[in-house]
Amino acid sequence: MKSLYAQQELDITLTRLAHQLIENHLDFSDTVIIGLQPRGVFLSDRIHQKLQQLLPEIHIPYGKLDITFYRDDFNSGGSLHQAQETQLDFSVSGKKVILIDDVLYTGRSIRAGLDALLDFGRPEHVELLVLIDRRFSREVPIQPDYVGMSVDVINNQKVKVLWKEHEGKDEVVMIGTK
Amino acid sequence: MSLSVKHLLGIKDLLPSDIELILKTAEKFKEVLQRPIKKVPTLRDTSIVNLFFENSTRTRISFELAEKRLSADTINFAASGSSVSKGETLIDTAKNILSMKVDMVVMRHSATGAPHFLANHINASIVNAGDGINEHPTQALLDAFSMTEKLGNLKGKKIAIIGDIMHSRVALSNIYCLTKLGAEVIVCGPPTLIPKHIETLGVKVSYDVRKTLEWCDVANVLRIQLERQNKPLFSSLREYSMYYGISKSLLDAVKKDIVIMHPGPINRGVELSSDVADSKQSIILDQVENGVAVRMAVLYLLAGKKDNLI
Repeated sequence: MKSLYAQQELDITLTRLAHQLIENHLDFSDTVIIGLQPRGVFLSDRIHQKLQQLLPEIHIPYGKLDITFYRDDFNSGGSLHQAQETQLDFSVSGKKVILIDDVLYTGRSIRAGLDALLDFGRPEHVELLVLIDRRFSREVPIQPDYVGMSVDVINNQKVKVLWKEHEGKDEVVMIGTK
Repeated sequence: MSLSVKHLLGIKDLLPSDIELILKTAEKFKEVLQRPIKKVPTLRDTSIVNLFFENSTRTRISFELAEKRLSADTINFAASGSSVSKGETLIDTAKNILSMKVDMVVMRHSATGAPHFLANHINASIVNAGDGINEHPTQALLDAFSMTEKLGNLKGKKIAIIGDIMHSRVALSNIYCLTKLGAEVIVCGPPTLIPKHIETLGVKVSYDVRKTLEWCDVANVLRIQLERQNKPLFSSLREYSMYYGISKSLLDAVKKDIVIMHPGPINRGVELSSDVADSKQSIILDQVENGVAVRMAVLYLLAGKKDNLI
């Protein structure tokens, strides 16, 4: 297991991402943030926190979306994924949606996320925010709008984002043989 | 994370971890059922036949809705008006339908063991929707789900099953399910309707409904199964309702907030009075709502176990 980014660098990146969001969405009057389960929500929790710190008077609607039932690999022989909760207490119709996931790899999760999202309504606009972009590993035509860092690793290596609240510290690691 | 079984033939074959997995998954499907679009595309490559050789309204509609909400294709088979009346055997009926590339079978049959028999002869996954007086596993699972929703973890909780235990497949499945989840179970009814040696399944027995209600947290009340009894096992429905029926005055005398459940259909005035069936303590309609979510979970988890043999 190799460490790619440590706590301090991560924090700077999260702050920069929050500012980028404010730059494009200003007062978030028609914008909502949705984190993808299971690990995108840890990132979206942090981003939402940072945004609320920077804009304390503004309420930014925040939700979580589980994509397990929209996956395209249901019957491919792997084990079933455990569904997590979906919590969208607001309508997405007519809103600008910022989808958040931790690592963008093949793009299939985001594709599933878009299908799941569209079953809840018709957003005006959807943007994608990811912490890690594995740039050359895409299997569907999906690209992020906001990127924390780009990482180039080969196929049998896995990039995982660890969080203080869950694994004890903030870190981005690479797992797997070279 | 998957079930230890290929079919859902009975709770008897399930591990406690299987039951917990099903209940956990059902929670997520219950959320799906609250959405404006109550559908997920997961089983859109699956065809499911509902092979109902016995009458049913609730269970069949519940399964059909569960299948449709998973985007599966559903085919309904009712025994009357089919080749079964021309004498076609069970295996032939099933094999013919499966030759049309149907992936799963949900079956209700009046013969105990029919789904087990079929499971030995066909490849598709089978869900038992009730076989004779043996088991009705999805009912027990939705009952456990409803109880857990109301009371939390069922370990150590006191559950009473009241009524015609002898002929009830709901009772047997409930007994297996609740004991596997660590609950304490008591069965209560007239002595003629309680099988001998049922204590060997790990349950207590009582013939006094008031004492039973004073002990339990939940009362799962069963329908008196008139259609299953060829010999007179009690003198009249009126006598049954006087001694074993649950009325509002009985509940008030017990002075406890017991959760009232019933698998349906209710014989109002016999096992439950109308004011009890419609009271705030009754979660009977929640059971029906939960039934769709639990059946979605069962179908989802079984379908995900398909062998990838071409």
